[in-house]
Amino acid sequence: MTSAVGTRPRHAAPPPTRAARRQRSYRLGRWDLKYSPYLYVAPFFILFGVFGLFPVLYTVYVSLFDYELLSGTKEFVGLENYRVLLQDSQFWNAAYNTVGIFVLSTVPQLIAALILANLLNRQMRARTLLRMGVVIPNITSVAAVGIIFALIFADRYGLVNWLLGTVGIDPIAWRDNRYASWFAIAVMVDWRWTGYNALIYLGAMQAIPKDLYESASLDGASAWRQFWQITVPLIRPTILFTVIISTIGGFQIFTEPLMYGFGLIRGGADHEFQTLAMYIYEQTFTGNAEYGYGSAMSWLLFMMIISFALINFALVRRSVRGEQK
Amino acid sequence: MSTTQTLPRSVAPSPVTRRRPRRGRMPGAQLWQASPLTYLALIVGCVLSIFPIVWSFIVASRDNSAVYEMPPVPGDRLFENIERMLANEDAAFVYGLVNSAVVSSIVTVSVIFFSSLAGFAFAKLRFRGRNALLLVIILTMMVPTQLGVIPLYLMMVELGWTGTLQAVIVPFLVQGFGVFMMRQYATSAVSDELIEAARLDGCSTWRIYWNVVLPALRPAAAVLGLLTFMQTWNEFLWPFIVLTPDTPTVQYSLKILSSGPYQTDYVALFAGTSLATLPLLVVFIIFGRQIIGGIMEGAVKS
Repeated sequence: MTSAVGTRPRHAAPPPTRAARRQRSYRLGRWDLKYSPYLYVAPFFILFGVFGLFPVLYTVYVSLFDYELLSGTKEFVGLENYRVLLQDSQFWNAAYNTVGIFVLSTVPQLIAALILANLLNRQMRARTLLRMGVVIPNITSVAAVGIIFALIFADRYGLVNWLLGTVGIDPIAWRDNRYASWFAIAVMVDWRWTGYNALIYLGAMQAIPKDLYESASLDGASAWRQFWQITVPLIRPTILFTVIISTIGGFQIFTEPLMYGFGLIRGGADHEFQTLAMYIYEQTFTGNAEYGYGSAMSWLLFMMIISFALINFALVRRSVRGEQK
Repeated sequence: MSTTQTLPRSVAPSPVTRRRPRRGRMPGAQLWQASPLTYLALIVGCVLSIFPIVWSFIVASRDNSAVYEMPPVPGDRLFENIERMLANEDAAFVYGLVNSAVVSSIVTVSVIFFSSLAGFAFAKLRFRGRNALLLVIILTMMVPTQLGVIPLYLMMVELGWTGTLQAVIVPFLVQGFGVFMMRQYATSAVSDELIEAARLDGCSTWRIYWNVVLPALRPAAAVLGLLTFMQTWNEFLWPFIVLTPDTPTVQYSLKILSSGPYQTDYVALFAGTSLATLPLLVVFIIFGRQIIGGIMEGAVKS
C-alpha cells in the first residue's frame, strides 16, 4: 500500500520544523492534485459498474443457462434458450406489438413536438405558463397515466367512445382490437412526452441566431420554408438525440400497456398489446420463473434497441439535411 | 417588441435580441411575435395536456355509479373516497407515500452529491484519461439498464435485499446524466481563476469543492434534484419487481389498487392517482420555471 499518504500516522513524524512541514504539505498537495480527481469520479464508476453495467452484461451469461430459482435448477444449455425463443410465437407477437406501438407513438410525437416548439419560440405573454402547460403531463407518474387512460379508453362507456358516439360513430373495442389498443397506448405515450421533447427542441431553437431568419425573410422565404430550411437543420443534433432516447425508452415500454390492461401481464385477452418487456416479466417473475429464458429475451431486446437506434439515427440524419459548414 | 418589459424572466437568459430599435414593418419582427392563431394552438395544447389530470380529480370526487357521466363536473365525495382508499390495508397507501418520500429524498441527495463531485472533477481538475472517462459517462446514458433487471434481481436475492427499501435506493445512487449536467454547468459557472486563487491560499481540492464549487453549483443542483426526485417518485418497474406488497412505494400501491378485487372501485382508485400525483403537482407549480429551464438546458449543450 503506497497510497496511504492520507492515513499516515501523525505521531510518527519527527518534531516538525518549518521546512519539514512545508515539505509534507507540498507532498500532500501533490498527491491531492494528482490522485483526488480519481477519487471524485470513482463513486460513479463503481456504483454504475456494479448496479448498471454488470447486470446488463451478466444477462448474457444467465441466458446460457436453464435457470429456475424456485426449483433450484441451474444447468448450462448453451444457445438452447435462443433457439426456443426464435420459435416462440408469443415472443414474435410481443416483438410485433413493441415495434408497432413504438412507431405509432414516436413518429407523431417528435413531429408534434417540433411544431409545438416552433409555436413556443415566439415573443408572447404568459410564456412560462404556456410552457408549464405543455410539459405538465410529464410530471405525472406512468402508473397513474395508465390508470387514467384505461378509463378514457374504456370499452363501453369511456370518454373517447362517448365522444365518437356524439358524432355517430360506433364504439371501438379498445382492447380486443389489436390496432386500436396500440393506438390508445401510443396516445398515452404521446400525451406524456410531446411537451417534454418540445421543450428540449425549444432550448436548441433559442440558440439559433435570429439574423439568419431576418435575412431569409428579407429574401422572401415563407415562415414554413424558414422552419424547414433553417430551424430543423440547425437543431439536427438535438433531433438525433431525442430520436435515440425515444428509441431506447420506447422499446422498453412496460408500465403503460400493463396498466392499460388493468394490471394483467398478458396484455389483452389474446396478448393484443403485450410488449417484449411485459413478456420478459411474465416469463421471469411469474409462473416457472425462468431466468435464463427471460435473460435471453432481454439480450435480444438489447440488440434490437441498438440496431433500431442506429437505423433511426441514420434515417433521420439522411432525411434532415444538416448545416454545411 | 413593445411587450418586452412584461415578459417573465426565465432561468436561462433568453437570447432574444434587443439590439436594434424596432421601427416600422420589418418582416423579421412579425415572425417572432406570437399571432392569435399561435396562442389558440398553444391553449388547445395546454387544455389537452391538463384535461386528463383534471378529469382524474373529478372522477375521484364522484360516486361509483357516476364515473362515466358527462359532462365532467365534480361530485361531492372526494374525502369519502380518499378515506376509503386509505383504509384499504392491502394497498397500504400511506405507507407507500412515506416509503416513496424516503426513497426519493435519499436518491436525490446522493445523486446531487456524487454528480457535483464528479462534475467538478471533469470540469475543473486535470487528470489523465479525463476525456475518455467523460465519454464513458455519456455512453452510460445510452445503456438501457432496465434490461439488466434479471441479474440485478438475482443480486438482490443474494444480498437478501428483496422487499427492502435499500433495493430501490442503492442501485440509483448515481446517474450519468447528473454528472454530465453538473460538468456542463461547472465549466461555465466556476472560473479557473477562482480555483487557482483558492489553491494559492492553501485550500485542498476537497475544500475547494465544498466551499467554492458546491455553492456556485447550487442552481443546477436544484434543477437536478427536482428532476431526480420526480423521476424516482414515478419509478414503477423495478419497485414492482423487487418489492413486495408489504413494503410498497406509492406506485406499487396504485398497482394494487388498480388490479384484482379493488379494480372496480374506480373512484377510490382515482382518489389514489390524484393523491399520488398531488405532491409532484405542488413541486411543479412552485418550481415550474426552474424545471422547464432544466429540461431545456439538459439536452442542448451536448
